[in-house]
Amino acid sequence: MSTSAAVEDLLRRLAPQVLASLVRRYRQFDAAEDAVQEALLAAAVQWPEAGIPDNPRGWLITVAVRRLTDEVRSEQSRRRREATVAALAPADEFVVTSPDEQQATHRDDTLLLLFLCCHPALTPASQVALTLRAVGGLTTAQIASAFLVPEATMAQRITRAKQQIKAAGGAFDRPPDLEWPSRVQAVLHVLYLIFNEGYTASSGPDLQRSDLTREAIRLTRAVHTLLPQDGEVAGLLALMLLTDARRPARTRPDGSLVPLAEQDRSKWSQEPIREGIALVTRALEHTAVGPYQLQAAIAAVHAEAVRAEDTDWPQILALYRLLERVSPNPMVTLNHAVAVAMVRGPEEGLELLAGLDADHRVAGHHRLDAVRAHLLEMTGDRVAARVSYQRAARRTTSLPEQRYLESRAAALGE
Amino acid sequence: MKYVLLIYNNPATYASWSDEERQAIFSDVDVIMTELTESGELVGGEALADASNAKTVRVRSGVPAVTDGPFAEAKEQLAGYLIVDCETTDRAVEIATRWPDARYFAMEVRPLMDTAGVEM
Repeated sequence: MSTSAAVEDLLRRLAPQVLASLVRRYRQFDAAEDAVQEALLAAAVQWPEAGIPDNPRGWLITVAVRRLTDEVRSEQSRRRREATVAALAPADEFVVTSPDEQQATHRDDTLLLLFLCCHPALTPASQVALTLRAVGGLTTAQIASAFLVPEATMAQRITRAKQQIKAAGGAFDRPPDLEWPSRVQAVLHVLYLIFNEGYTASSGPDLQRSDLTREAIRLTRAVHTLLPQDGEVAGLLALMLLTDARRPARTRPDGSLVPLAEQDRSKWSQEPIREGIALVTRALEHTAVGPYQLQAAIAAVHAEAVRAEDTDWPQILALYRLLERVSPNPMVTLNHAVAVAMVRGPEEGLELLAGLDADHRVAGHHRLDAVRAHLLEMTGDRVAARVSYQRAARRTTSLPEQRYLESRAAALGE
Repeated sequence: MKYVLLIYNNPATYASWSDEERQAIFSDVDVIMTELTESGELVGGEALADASNAKTVRVRSGVPAVTDGPFAEAKEQLAGYLIVDCETTDRAVEIATRWPDARYFAMEVRPLMDTAGVEM
């Protein structure tokens, strides 16, 4: 690892701890977040040259507090309320706690920060942006580049998110027990969105975007360490690892997509598969079942098949049936229909799809046409399959998916 | 999801309006632009020069032919576009609904293609 990469790695790990220390003390999340970003930038410039200080966390806190105090002082002098500045604690108060105490505080702090960034008052796009910056320690420029928007747009989204947290009275406190599960759920959803954004990006020009996958796994792993008994956290981490293991096989060098059944499975990464299977197995044995665990279990069954034709479809079908009971939604039904087709024949799968035509959440969605096309192809009805592939190709807003669907349609026209 | 909002209008109708009428439209536009900037939804946008400045380029059998004027002869011309990054299609449509040209001419809301995709 080069010095600057080592510095970046360290900064990203320290970012939530430093921010939490400031928020805990001054309770001004928005101003503290800006101050920490400035401290991180200063460190990223100075440390690779001058070397990493003996107490990097203390260094960052000192610099961030100085920025925050300057900020508060200028703000307050403007309002002629300078007196309160004196009430701010000196920076060295932070570095005198015992190491054990620090460890425990950091654990809780990261979680509380995640709860705040994934506050229900924010839109998903804002939750994602703020989580990446405040907890992930990414710069606004990095996040903007990953989401292919101008930096000013992303900066505005982050500013707005912080204002909304403030307006909603979001505090850096442990939420009431009753709210706890829904807050964890919100955090997992945001991590899942970040992962998906990175995973679906093609390789090559979108490299920056695919870094989001690694970031999502890193953050989910941190949450899993904080909440080892939560089966859904383990399930989400397993799902990410098992899905990401397929990355080397999912696209061709030209960026075109390779469907699961045609992937070269020798290219799948074995280490994350082993870890993912172990995680989901333990979660299913010891905790209440949930949608992330079930999706991870399905991914694990795929991962265990050496060849596509070895896939244990009856087990996948059973898992989809459970998933549909635990978390019913039309996208699950679509995948369920594929499993039904693989076990009981395409006609039964098509029957299940027919029910979705009346569901406004999925009718007109290209995935419905694509699955129908696939099942029609299985029945041998090439003409109808081709029409469905063509319709799916027109409806998708993804270039690589469109290319794939068009090539399937063309192959049936031969 | 990113959407482009295509702004169509009729330059002749525009030209027939008074300064006050035009000013009212500009201030409507300002309000929306401020809102989209503050919400972090605005990705970009430009106004196009009048269609009389357009050149249409065709290459047939390897031979380029360049003619003056827009590709499609119509009263309503593409006058500009906005790119917004919205949570839902409904939100993109809502923005288009409030854009003044929608009251007199039309706005077209189209999703942008993404280079990301899911294998099936």
